[in-house]
Amino acid sequence: MAAVKLEAVHPDRGTGAEAELSRKFLYYMALMREVEERIERRLYRQGKVLGGVYVGRGQEAIPVGSGLVARPDDVLFPSHRDLALYFIRGVHPRNVFAQYMGRVDGLTRGRDGNMHMGDLSKGLVAIISAMAASVPVAAGAAMAMKYQGKDSVALVYFGDGATSRGDWHEGINLASVQKAPLVLLCNNNQYAYSTPLSKQMACQNVADRAAGYGIPAEIVDGNDPFAIHAATRRAVEHARGGLGPYLIECKTFRMTGHSAHDPADYVPKHLFEEWGAMCPIQRMQDRMVEEGWATREETNDILARIRKETDEAIAWAENSPFPDPSELTLGVYESK
Amino acid sequence: MPTTYVEAIREGIREEMERDPNVFLLGEDIGVYGGAFKVTQGLLDQFGERRVVDTPISESAIVGAAIGASFMGLRPVAEMQFADFISCGFDQIVNYAAKCRYRWNAPAAIVVRAPCGGGIHGGPFHSQQNEAWFAHTPGLKVVLPATARDAKGLIKSAIRDNDPVLFFEHKALYRRVKEDLPEGDYTVPIGKANVYREGRDLSIVTYSAMVHTAAEAAEIVAKDGISVEVVDLRTLTPFDEETVLESVKKTSKAIVLHEATLTGGFGGEIAARITEKAFEYLDGPVVRIAAPDTPVPFSQTLEDAYLPSVEQVVEKVRWLAAY
Ligand SMILES: Cc1ncc(C[n+]2csc(CCOP(=O)(O)OP(=O)(O)O)c2C)c(N)n1
Ligand SMILES: [Mg+2]
Repeated sequence: MAAVKLEAVHPDRGTGAEAELSRKFLYYMALMREVEERIERRLYRQGKVLGGVYVGRGQEAIPVGSGLVARPDDVLFPSHRDLALYFIRGVHPRNVFAQYMGRVDGLTRGRDGNMHMGDLSKGLVAIISAMAASVPVAAGAAMAMKYQGKDSVALVYFGDGATSRGDWHEGINLASVQKAPLVLLCNNNQYAYSTPLSKQMACQNVADRAAGYGIPAEIVDGNDPFAIHAATRRAVEHARGGLGPYLIECKTFRMTGHSAHDPADYVPKHLFEEWGAMCPIQRMQDRMVEEGWATREETNDILARIRKETDEAIAWAENSPFPDPSELTLGVYESK
Repeated sequence: MPTTYVEAIREGIREEMERDPNVFLLGEDIGVYGGAFKVTQGLLDQFGERRVVDTPISESAIVGAAIGASFMGLRPVAEMQFADFISCGFDQIVNYAAKCRYRWNAPAAIVVRAPCGGGIHGGPFHSQQNEAWFAHTPGLKVVLPATARDAKGLIKSAIRDNDPVLFFEHKALYRRVKEDLPEGDYTVPIGKANVYREGRDLSIVTYSAMVHTAAEAAEIVAKDGISVEVVDLRTLTPFDEETVLESVKKTSKAIVLHEATLTGGFGGEIAARITEKAFEYLDGPVVRIAAPDTPVPFSQTLEDAYLPSVEQVVEKVRWLAAY
């Protein structure tokens, strides 16, 4: 099995398209970080967001690098740490804040919370809580694409812990025998709640599991959106070409507790320090300046614009009403 | 020529597949082999591998894939080889399919077919009548036809329905019941009970194979001048409370009968509705007849003792009629 490729060479290298891509990477990664900071560190602590809060701090490169490869007709199945996929698909941050605050303008109108949200018209399928349950569903969506003669693909996201569930294995196996166009993206952040990888699985890498299903897998630097973008292009090409599923394992680290209530005391401090130095957002800004894709002033402008957008989005969401209790029993079944 | 229950289901599926190119089947051994009970026999030859998909032994993936395909606009009909194995796909049914419309307005228009019930010496893992697990989950529709006519009409309605439907086929009925079916395309609405036999003195509210047990008992007591009405629910959720209450208000006495075990069975719900909403019409207690609270046993003597019998129903009918 290949070792982590730290300095992946992107196919756009030297074409000028890299500069353009880097700006998108920075924008979406920083937007995700900002929105989640507000949710986890302010609104939650102010009691304005109730319930579970799970964020992808440190892992932003994964949804961003891969999500920008997907075409509009590809269908995304985000995990609970892939908020940027929603922004890439055109969901406005204000509706995300409303979702977290349980307001009617959230994507589920207050019926579900946090990252449990979807919009079929944007090709975004909501997770359920049960880890890995999306994998068979994404397999079925991919089978349907083939059935319909489309050349689109389904991209499904999950953590390292989710790969221990039967659904993960059943879904991949079915997709593989059916040669369904399914791209599997693992964020291996080395923890599942408090459980470290060593107690999750006895193999070294999630990618090692792919052999059991006869599908290709690769391991990438999960904090480098270019590396993830390039790998996703290979994966999508494979799937669109009728060759079946493809697994990408993104090695990364969860730079926070499992959820907002979790101080993560069980994580050795030095790991936060080491991985903190690999922050995908900081790395991207530095690289943009080094490569001459942008000036420091320009990258700072992007961040300032995001902060302003986020302030406005929160103010908007706070004005969104709570759902009326009369809606409680509506929509369990189709109304005729 | 009369059509059997199993043929009726097959014909219903075939007609829907001919009518709508989005309908496809997935499950274990349903293609080349035609299904463990031959429900899908011949459909692979007619429709090909694209529309009749033999899957690995993966109940969760079968249901999950059906949900995903329905999000893409297809109309999947999934087969569980036995209703007992539905437990392996439970999460996809009760947490995924049942809740996605309510949560984010993404309906899972799937059908999960499940051969259920005892009387075939299948033992603890090939005989269960586990519909109550699903009747307790809002968002699912639970359908259990008792006749060939209803089996065909209801499978067609289930395939056209925009919500997840669990379609429980009773194994003991596949080849036992047959009748002449209406010509051409007809459906039977989900959520409507049927008065299977009219009567004056007492109502038996039941469904699935027990409809026939109730009807046999009704025939026997008719000779003693006791007139029994048999209400076949056909669907547990949505529950046709109106038809049940109408019958009980007419007869003033009610027996609730099912093959599933007693405690926590759907019969408790039916009995509660009757006592809540027709209390002043009742001339006796609402009586439940169900299997005892044990796994379904294998040996013939044990299974015979387990399944509610015609004699048991006759005895309770006489007791309640005299009350
Ligand atoms: C089937 C199931 N069991 C338990 C949980 C509780 N739970 C929520 S997230 C989580 C850890 C998930 O770890 P991983 O898959 O690595 O994803 P990560 O949170 O690290 O991104 C657990 C145990 C769950 N959601 N689903
Ligand atoms: Mg993890």
